[in-house]
Amino acid sequence: MKYMLIMRDSAEAVEASKDLDFEQIINAMGAYNESMIKAGVMAGGDGLAPATEGFVVDFAGEKPIVTDGPYGEVHELFNGFWIIEVASKEEAAEWASRAPLGPGTKLEVRRITDASDFADFADNEYVQKEAEWRAAGL
Amino acid sequence: MSGIGPTVDAVWRIEGARIVATLAKMTGDVGLAEDLAQEAVVEALRQWPESGVPQNAGAWLTAVAKRRAIDAWRRRERLDERYRAIAHDLATASDDEWQAIDDDVVRLVFTACHPVLSRESQVALTLRVVGGLTTAEIARMLLVPVATVQARITRAKKTLASARVPFEAPDPSEWSARLGSVLGVVYLIFTEGYAATTGDRWMRQDLANEALRLGRVLAQLLPREPAVLELVALMEFQSSRFAARVSGDGTPILLTDQDRTRWDHAQIRRGTAALARADAMGRGRGAYGLQAAIAQCHATAPSVEDTDWDQIVVLYEALGRLAPGPVVELGRAVAVSMATGPANALRIVDALAAGGALTGSHLLPSVRGELLARLGRTAEARRDLLAAADLTANERESAVLRAKAAALPG
Repeated sequence: MKYMLIMRDSAEAVEASKDLDFEQIINAMGAYNESMIKAGVMAGGDGLAPATEGFVVDFAGEKPIVTDGPYGEVHELFNGFWIIEVASKEEAAEWASRAPLGPGTKLEVRRITDASDFADFADNEYVQKEAEWRAAGL
Repeated sequence: MSGIGPTVDAVWRIEGARIVATLAKMTGDVGLAEDLAQEAVVEALRQWPESGVPQNAGAWLTAVAKRRAIDAWRRRERLDERYRAIAHDLATASDDEWQAIDDDVVRLVFTACHPVLSRESQVALTLRVVGGLTTAEIARMLLVPVATVQARITRAKKTLASARVPFEAPDPSEWSARLGSVLGVVYLIFTEGYAATTGDRWMRQDLANEALRLGRVLAQLLPREPAVLELVALMEFQSSRFAARVSGDGTPILLTDQDRTRWDHAQIRRGTAALARADAMGRGRGAYGLQAAIAQCHATAPSVEDTDWDQIVVLYEALGRLAPGPVVELGRAVAVSMATGPANALRIVDALAAGGALTGSHLLPSVRGELLARLGRTAEARRDLLAAADLTANERESAVLRAKAAALPG
């Protein structure tokens, strides 16, 4: 089964990270990624560009409103993720706890759904279409 | 999360190979290394509920196991030079500095698949010490009692000790044959999962997934061996069909009838990438590479009719020259039947039967029955399909063959 490790940083952690040696971070992350590749569990992952480049689409009103931020009631920023393929929840927890992260950062670990989660809706047109889209590599 | 057991199992799964490799390097004995690692795991089950899981759990387990080894030697009053050195290392090294060496894991892989061991022992020992599975998990996946798995592992350890198998990677002169043995063990684990030969299940995806993980680990350990990547590609292509191979009630669905949209296309892309990397090494395709290429033809074809059967025939011919055998010949027959019709294929199958090949296997009569059915020779087809149904040990497969026989006209 696949799990997503979602990196959530507090605003303070993001601010504090600016003082860190970026090359050191790259090395620590690289070693962590390599350990998962060597173990045959890595299935993907990416980092996100700074939140200041991002924007928000808010559905509070009648029409969605696009703003540059601020992000509102968000206390942690989603800054990157890994996808790993493991045999159990505990194994996902073990890998997550090895990430080279520090105070102010959390990893939220979520199982990624697969077709079996939608087995009750196998006849649904879009569930079937989705299978075709995946087949086409979309 | 409930109980420490699953967490210890997860740590073992991640660290087991490196722990055993480190201990085997130290003791020169994989069997002893596994015993010591086991004792450390028991200690973890006792201590971790109180102390919590250590920051570097692998180093903790290795240190505990090393201490056990030294205690045992002290008891035997055989603390010679070599063990004195180990004891010194242990006293001076911090637990967190533990770093397993990839080369030791490579030695472990070759030792677990050593030719002095029976295939059963190689499989059990590889899953245990390289795959990091518990004996209970191995028993569940292989559908045998836990005691049987334990017995196979014990026998493997005794055999390695009595044959004085050194903890080494093979010499260049033996390298290729020994690598072949390692890949053979991994592929056997995969095929046992992919086409379960016994029991009421058509396939056991968890076992096949373990083999695929072992293959990926090997590809990292031996990056210059195209055969490893070829095997990974083959397993990726084959397992991409898992979801489509069985219906909701567990009935197998044959290639012709599979919903191709349910194939795992991310996996097909990974297989394609692995085969391309193997090809790029420029040493020509081996038997796994040719089988991977055949699987790729299926995996990338929109339907059975639109499959490049001519290309598959050519690949089977090459495979037949490289690794001749009745199963390959039977595969060629099926491809020929699709490329140029069942009559040509039947000649190949009948030649195989006349040579006495595959006697007692369900494979030959099941293919022959299929060909005869397409030729309209229904009475003979029925007889072969029912014979195949009687011969297979897999209950699901037997049911499918009987259903086919029953569906024949007349």
